[in-house]
Parts: sequence; structure tokens; C-alpha cells
Amino acid sequence: MQLMEGEKEQILSCVDEVLSNSTKEKEDLIPILQKVQAKLGYLPVLAMEKIAEGTDVPAADVYGLATFYNQFRLNPPGDHEVKVCLGTACYMVGGDITLESFERRMEIKEGETTSDRRYSLERVACVGCCTMAPVVVVDDEVEGKVTPTRVDGIMLELEGKSDKSDAKDSSNGSKNTGNKDDSDKEEGERI
Amino acid sequence: MSASGSEAIYQKLYEEAKKNIDGKEGKTQVLVGTATCGVSAGALKIKEDFEREIKEKDLDVDVVEVGCIGHCYAEPLAVIAKPGHPAVCYGYLDDGLVHRLVEDFLAGDDPSYEYALAALDRNDVFPTFEDFPRGIYEQKLILENCGYIDTRDIFSYIARDGYKALSKALEEEPSAVLEEVKAANLRGRGGAGFPAGIKWEACIKSGQDEKYVICNADEGDPGAFMDRSILESDPHLVIEGMVLCAYAIGAQKGYLYIRAEYPRAVGHVQEAINQAREKGLLGESIMDTDFSFDLEIFQGSGAFVCGEATALVNSMEGNMGMPESRPPRLASQGFRGKPTVLNNVKTFAYVPYIINRGADWFKEIGTEDNPGTAVFSLVGKVNNTGLVEVPMGTTLRELVFDVGDGLRDNKEFKAVQIGGPSGGCLPESALDVPIDFDSLHEAGAIMGSGGLVVLDENDCMVSVSRYFLEFTQHESCGKCTFCRLGTKHMLDILNDITRGEGDAETLELLKDLAEDVRDGSLCNLGKTAPNPVLTTLEYFMDEYKAHIEEGRCPAGVCRELILYYIEPPKCSKLCNVCVGSCPTEAIFTRDDGLKEIDQEKCVKCDNCLKACPPEYNAIVKLSPPVLPPEKEKTAK
Repeated sequence: MQLMEGEKEQILSCVDEVLSNSTKEKEDLIPILQKVQAKLGYLPVLAMEKIAEGTDVPAADVYGLATFYNQFRLNPPGDHEVKVCLGTACYMVGGDITLESFERRMEIKEGETTSDRRYSLERVACVGCCTMAPVVVVDDEVEGKVTPTRVDGIMLELEGKSDKSDAKDSSNGSKNTGNKDDSDKEEGERI
Repeated sequence: MSASGSEAIYQKLYEEAKKNIDGKEGKTQVLVGTATCGVSAGALKIKEDFEREIKEKDLDVDVVEVGCIGHCYAEPLAVIAKPGHPAVCYGYLDDGLVHRLVEDFLAGDDPSYEYALAALDRNDVFPTFEDFPRGIYEQKLILENCGYIDTRDIFSYIARDGYKALSKALEEEPSAVLEEVKAANLRGRGGAGFPAGIKWEACIKSGQDEKYVICNADEGDPGAFMDRSILESDPHLVIEGMVLCAYAIGAQKGYLYIRAEYPRAVGHVQEAINQAREKGLLGESIMDTDFSFDLEIFQGSGAFVCGEATALVNSMEGNMGMPESRPPRLASQGFRGKPTVLNNVKTFAYVPYIINRGADWFKEIGTEDNPGTAVFSLVGKVNNTGLVEVPMGTTLRELVFDVGDGLRDNKEFKAVQIGGPSGGCLPESALDVPIDFDSLHEAGAIMGSGGLVVLDENDCMVSVSRYFLEFTQHESCGKCTFCRLGTKHMLDILNDITRGEGDAETLELLKDLAEDVRDGSLCNLGKTAPNPVLTTLEYFMDEYKAHIEEGRCPAGVCRELILYYIEPPKCSKLCNVCVGSCPTEAIFTRDDGLKEIDQEKCVKCDNCLKACPPEYNAIVKLSPPVLPPEKEKTAK
């Protein structure tokens, strides 16, 4: 994913700040990644390279950690984050159909972000409110019993939330940004 | 070590707490359940509503956040404790009901029993939770305080005899704690049921000075939330259990490995740790003795395999969470190469009770080889979903039909999935299995950490086992070939079967592969990954056969094997509900006014079936997907 204007500086200063507050030991590596992700919303390749430099761990190992654990994301979050729960209870009542409906509406696959960074879509293992299945989390708000029709409703609400120019953009259809595998590969090669 | 020191200090703490709590309890209190389950049902808004309404009326009422009371089906929940009335729990709250309660009960004096779920204490006016059918079977031990105490106030815990076990233990030698836990035969609640006392003893025997205590709260099973609820609702209980363990084995440092996906649990535990430090219950010289122990939280990053002990330690050391072969066991060579005790949240939660009330008391609960209780998160197609705690030895039938109050919508019971992705699916015939580590293992499932999903006639067992395998396949760390590639192949086969492909031979292959993965994997993730497949193959072979031989999904779940069809005689012509409900515009109106589904466009989302008004009920699912003759005539 292309970095936006000013993003590079932001990444560098964020990594510097987190590193200066840590022991820079290997044991501290996961907490460092967590803190950087908490600040930036994701782990850009540049950040991982800088962390590798700072902690004296091979960049490949940092990338290994970032891809091993589900918590870390390599794509930036969209302005509106949609997480679809696919825990047991949600799956049984059609959580996968809900996910598909979002994929159809956003024109991306799960784990991706639209190129204008308006929406990102994720599947999560279980948000722990199995009694309200199927559940989706839209911008940190949990909504239960979501049907494909409701997905249309949610998307309409989200489109309404943005300012006018943005809304126009997104209603024109946010184009796919290349699927996750591709971007993973790219980042992998660059590292 | 000053002999009478710790108990005297405790006495002072207890009195301080009592005074503090009594001051609060003399007042009217509204306790809102704000564990994650409550919050997702809107509890925080309910809390705001209460606060706003109370402020508007200028009432002298405290609104307190408590944890999970276990009756998740009725969230959001609140308890109102008003002097002169029994404390009453209200469920299914919304802003209107809050307004009503504030006006009638808090400002007025009418407890509005018509909206009440149950009273908390025995009284002459209203039934309690113990009078519910599930109350007969339930025995709350480690959930005793959950939902009743202010999770963010250490006094609330101390006033309920919290940290008493610790003060008692500090008066005696560390070995006394170990002996008590050993005598109680407390088996680890993480799933395998290894006796905690023996684990602790092995750690002591290692003879090294530097030791660690780690609490495993990396609850990764989809559909399980017991550990989260305990940490959110009663964090001090787990902390006290860990301090007791540390005292028994002589550890100086401990960690709570909590999933980063549980931000509320992380927050509550951190707050609890800070408070305990402040009160001298953690840190240097605990209760003025020469025993020092401190705790820290490590946030897990979401890898199911990290629930495995060696993988968890690897991940704490900053590596990928890959399991190692054992021995050496963690007890001799664990975190940073030092002896380490790693136990589940629930295991630690039992310890203070055992020390307080004695091993004999503990052994009276449950069965001989499996003393104590079992905590389950009961989800799926039962009426009363939620968190339940029953004595070991209760049967699955009692759990599903009495505690869970049977199946929703009077559907027929099909199976119960127990133990998460590592567990198995047990059919009706196996329902009389008592719940304990050994019996469940014999039946082909495992106790696991306690997720229990009830399935009904509308669930396809092939699809269920496919779902769990997809999960384990995704979470396989990739170390062992059998787990990495074997599960992938199994998943491919199951995907084929759900599409109606495959033959008798593929079933044989699936079974062989399942056995090989079980035997050829290093850790329990791989060893147990085939369990859902093996148990469904054993108990639900007819469903596999229906998919393969007839191209039919008996439950109507597998999407390649069903189609939706509008029965012309039943369609009303005048109603357009199905047309509007279709997300892909596959439903259209024919020239004669009847509706019809364009099968090319249909994504089988089930929306139209739900939308069609019950008085028409015109939409049916057909499996195998063969159109009735008169449909074919009109098909383009």
C-alpha cells in the first residue's frame, strides 16, 4: 500500500518514540510491535525495518512475528473498520454470509482496505457475545443479528457519516487495492 | 517471618474494607453488569441512562459497574439493591425500562416485579436464581463473586473474605499450601486436567532459586469466554491464587498472559494489580513478611497455538509461538530457562477457596477423581445461554436440557460440541456422559477449557467439522508436517464433500489422514485437531453419506447442495417482501404476478426465507438442488 503524504515522518517518529521507551531486548519485541500498531493502526514495512534496526533483530524475524500473530495487520485500517465475527455461534447462523455481503458491497476481500482507505474489512475469531450472533463490529460498536439486508443498511449509514466529497468517492465504488496475499508478498520481498 | 503479623494486618484491611463497603451498602445501589458480554448488549448506555435519570431526579443512588452474572441471554442486566427490599435483578433493559425503574423503584417504592428476573437473596417476596431450574444444578464457586462485587474496588473483594487465604497461608510454611492443593487433587482447568499440585511440586524439586508463575489467559477457542468473564468480574481472585502459588513454590515474579483481544480484561486486571500493590498484597514484603512477589501483564497477540504451554513461553520470549517437544517440562525449564508453573485462570481461581475452606471441603464437590466444579460457556441453540458452573459429574443432558432449558424454538437436538476446535461432537446417545476429564476423553471429546455449543437439526455436521478444521488449519504454527499439510488435505476433502463431491474412498482417506495427524503431531493443537472430524465420522456417518451419495445436505446448510424456491401456490402475488429482502436482486415478479428466484443470481443468503411472511410461508429450501417440474417449464 502506498504511503500517504507525511506518513513516512510520522512512522519514523513513532518508532523512535516507542523504541526509546523500551529495553530493546528481544523479549520486548512483541510489546514494541503492539505499541507501534496501537499508534499507527498497522505495521508498515518501514516501521518493521526500523524496529529491526533498533532491536538488532533480523528484519525477517520481525516480519515473521508480524505475520505469525493474528493481532498484527500489514494494511492500514480504513476510516471505517468493519469486523465480522466468525466464532462458532456466529458461523452456525450464517456469519460467513454476512462477511460475503460486506465483501460484495465494499468490493474487497476480508483482511483488505479499500484503496481510498475508507473501509477495511476483517474477520475475527470471537468477540464473545455469542448470544447475539451473527455479530459484526462496526467502528468498535457491536451489532448483533446482522442479516445481509442489514449490511446494506450499515453501508448506507457509513456512507452518510462521511463528509460530502468523501461520500461521493465511496459511492462511486471503492476499488480493490490488490488482495492481501499480493501485498504480503510485496512487503515480504521488500524486506 | 512475624508469626501473627499477616493475620493482624489482614484484620485491619478487612475492617477498613467492611467499613468502606457498609457505607456504600447502606445506600441504594444500582449494579450494572459491564463485562464484555454486557457491554456489547449496550450496558454502558444503560449505565449512562441510569446515571442521567438519577441525576435528573436528584436521588442519592450509586451506580456501580460489576462483572458478569452468567445470565447472558438477558443482557443488559442490572441489580437494584435498595434498603428495605431484597436485591432484585432486572434483565433485557432498555432506556424505557430504565426510566420506569428509576421512577417507580428508586424514586418511588415499587420494585416493579413484573420486570424482574430474580432476587439475589432468599426472601418472602420474589424467587431467586436458585429457584430457576438451573439453580438446582448450579453450584457457584469461582463464579461466586462474579456480578456481585465492584470489579474495580479491592475493598469489595476483601469484604467478601478476599485475600484471607493469603494471610492464612503466610502464617504457615509454604509447604502447607502445596500440601493442601495436592490433597484437594485440584486438576488443571486448561483442558488436560493435570494435577496442579504435582506440577507445583516438580517446580520446587527443580532446586533453582529463580522461578516464575504464569497464568494462561490466552483463551483462543471460538465460543468460549469463561476466563475473560472471571478476569473482568473478579480479577483479585486470580491474583490471590497466583500469589499463593508463588508462595508455595518460592517464585518472585509472575505474569498474566492475556489475549490482546480482551482489552477490558487487561484493563481490569491492571487496575487490580495496582490496587493490590498499594495495599501491600503484591510487591516487596507482602503483608510485612519477607515474601516478595510481583505480577505483570503480557498481552498475547492472538495465536491459538499460544495456549500450548511451550508455545506461550516462546511467545513471551519474543519468538514465534511454536511449541517445543517435552521434556524438559516447564516445571524444570520454562520461561527464561527457569522453572515455571503455568496454570489456567480457573485453576488459580480455585486456590484461595481451597486454602480458606480446606481440601476436604473441596473434595466433597464433584466426583472422586474430578473434585470441584466445571465452568462452561453455554452457547448455540439453547434457550439459556450464558456462563454456568456445575459440579463435576453432572451429565451433559442435565447441562443442556435443565441448566440450558432445552433448545430454542422447540427444535430437535442434534449434537453438542464440547471443547472447542480440539473437542468433539457428541450425539444424543452420548448425552448421559458425566462431565469430567476422563469420561469426556473416553467419549472422544475433551473437557477443553469449557466451550459448549449446542447444535440442532438445522446444523450440518459436515459443515461444523469443516468449520473447526478450517480454524485449526489456519492456526497451525507449521512446525510439524502432519499438522501443516495433513489438516490442509483434510480441509480440502471436507470442502469437496460440502460441495457434494467425493466418494466412499475419500471418506476412508479422510479417516486415515485424521488418525495420522493425531499421531504425528507434536503438540496438542495437532493431536486434537482431527477430533471434530473423527467424532462426526463416528456418530454422523449418515450425513457424510447423504452429501456424497445423494448430493443432499440433510440440514440444508451446505450452499452448493441447496436451492431456494418460491412455491407458486403459496405466493401471495401482492406482497413484495422477498423482492426487497434480496441483496442481489435475484427475485423478480413474473408476468403472472408470482415471484421467482433467478438461480444464477441467488447467493443463498437465507434472507428471503426469513422475510416471507409466516401466513404465506412460500419459500422453501430444496436439497438436493433439483427444481420441481413446473419451475423448469418457466425457467429461461
